[in-house]
Amino acid sequence: MTAAISQRAIAVDAVGLSARCIPAAPCDLVVGGLVKRFGEATVLDGVGLSVPRGQSVALIGSNGAGKSTMLRCCLRLIEPDEGELNLLGQNIRALRSGALRQLRRRIGFVFQKHNLVPRNSALTNVLHGAIARTRSPRLWHQALASRQSREEAMACLDMVGLADLAERRADRLSGGQSQRVAIARTLMQRPAIVMADEPAASLDPVAAEEVMALLFGLMKKQGLTLIYTSHNLRHAIDYADRVVGLRGGRIAFDAASAGQDAASLEAVYG
Amino acid sequence: MADVAPAPARFERPSLLTFVMMVAVGAFVIVSFDGVGVSLSKAWDGLPAMGRLVERMFPPDFSRIASVGGALLETFQMAVAGTALGVLASIPLAILASRRHSPATPVYLAVRALISFFRTVPDLVWALIFVVAVGLGPFAGTLAIMIDTIGFCGRFFAEAMEEVEEGPQEALSGLGAGRLAVVFCAVMPAALPSLVATSLFSLEKATRSSVVLGLVGAGGIGIELKVAMEMFSYGQACTIILAVFLLVLAVEQASAWLRRRIL
Repeated sequence: MTAAISQRAIAVDAVGLSARCIPAAPCDLVVGGLVKRFGEATVLDGVGLSVPRGQSVALIGSNGAGKSTMLRCCLRLIEPDEGELNLLGQNIRALRSGALRQLRRRIGFVFQKHNLVPRNSALTNVLHGAIARTRSPRLWHQALASRQSREEAMACLDMVGLADLAERRADRLSGGQSQRVAIARTLMQRPAIVMADEPAASLDPVAAEEVMALLFGLMKKQGLTLIYTSHNLRHAIDYADRVVGLRGGRIAFDAASAGQDAASLEAVYG
Repeated sequence: MADVAPAPARFERPSLLTFVMMVAVGAFVIVSFDGVGVSLSKAWDGLPAMGRLVERMFPPDFSRIASVGGALLETFQMAVAGTALGVLASIPLAILASRRHSPATPVYLAVRALISFFRTVPDLVWALIFVVAVGLGPFAGTLAIMIDTIGFCGRFFAEAMEEVEEGPQEALSGLGAGRLAVVFCAVMPAALPSLVATSLFSLEKATRSSVVLGLVGAGGIGIELKVAMEMFSYGQACTIILAVFLLVLAVEQASAWLRRRIL
């Protein structure tokens, strides 16, 4: 099985970036020859991947395979060393800080540890999703925000089922609730594409399932592109249209999730 | 049981350099005792004089209590105003002095140096400088406390900001927030407990300082104490010392209560 996967990995890399982008479905993300090194260690070693608009892609792989690094490189939260990165039609590597901020406001990112501001209310945290829309400090805190922004933030909280906890401080929410607020913050961004780095990893199985179903449901409803990393192979199969496996900083597997089972994906971890 | 590895040593053996430094520091402490003339016999011989002074202080003389009360209020006002101005000025300086949030390394280094300078020069020296600059009175003392507060709060605010968890900052940067927005939305709320605690400690410190600043003419109750001691009015001096004690105690208690409430 491992040998078969290696063969397929070579094939994927050789085919190049736009192999999966057909004219009818423009690509939201095109990555080519992406390299990232941390000191001596090469974490991403020439990764190539294209994601058509509206597709849901699960990135799987063992710890250190480069999944999180890849997502962070896509947003330039980590600067890549080499390669092409085209996000929503823009060469993100060439953008200066102002233009980069403008592009980032259209890309939602859900973190494994939700990364909410702990002492702020759920509502303020959700409002932060729109912070890049204006230079004014009115979105810094819910007390300063306009009625329109507050109503939009409440609508986002309502979509994740937490409108009744709008006033609660983020550090007093459960793990599952926190992650749902983080998803509401992403919705507040009005994103074109959403990336999620192991969004359910720190949650208990029930909460994890709820968060994944919610995230996937909302993305599908709005027709958004979703790229997420996961160690849960069930989540990769159930919630993605396509599964991409990373091993040793390279793509080792790339196939539609339909017809896959956990056993076939486990070989990526071999 | 025999196969179990032995427990590690209770204490880590210091390196040669650490050992030499420990010996050097210990030696310097002993030399310092000698250098400043620490003498148990001298302290013992001084006890009767101390006893006589305390005896002359009691009972306290409350004849000038209204004047002492006014000076005490002025002392506290100096502390409050100086601390408030210092805390306000410390916030932008601390952002610039925080390695993670400063816009450029030269700015970071320059502001750090400025804050260190403010901190290392004693408040009494600042009071002397401001008495020359703005004249005798509480305003000079207030400015001295403000500068001293910047030296204290600027450093601790910056350190509190540097220690804030990186995740929320990364999240806000990732969704397009600018540097200032990240600082005010993610860093300041997380650092707030530390900022409040430092500010309250600063107020306690300023209250104690403001008593002494009067000795160089920078307003407050210090000058009253100086005059009372020089005029051998030990009863009045006792009243002033008791009033200062009550003020400092009240500020410390209120500060501790506020910290518990807010944090």
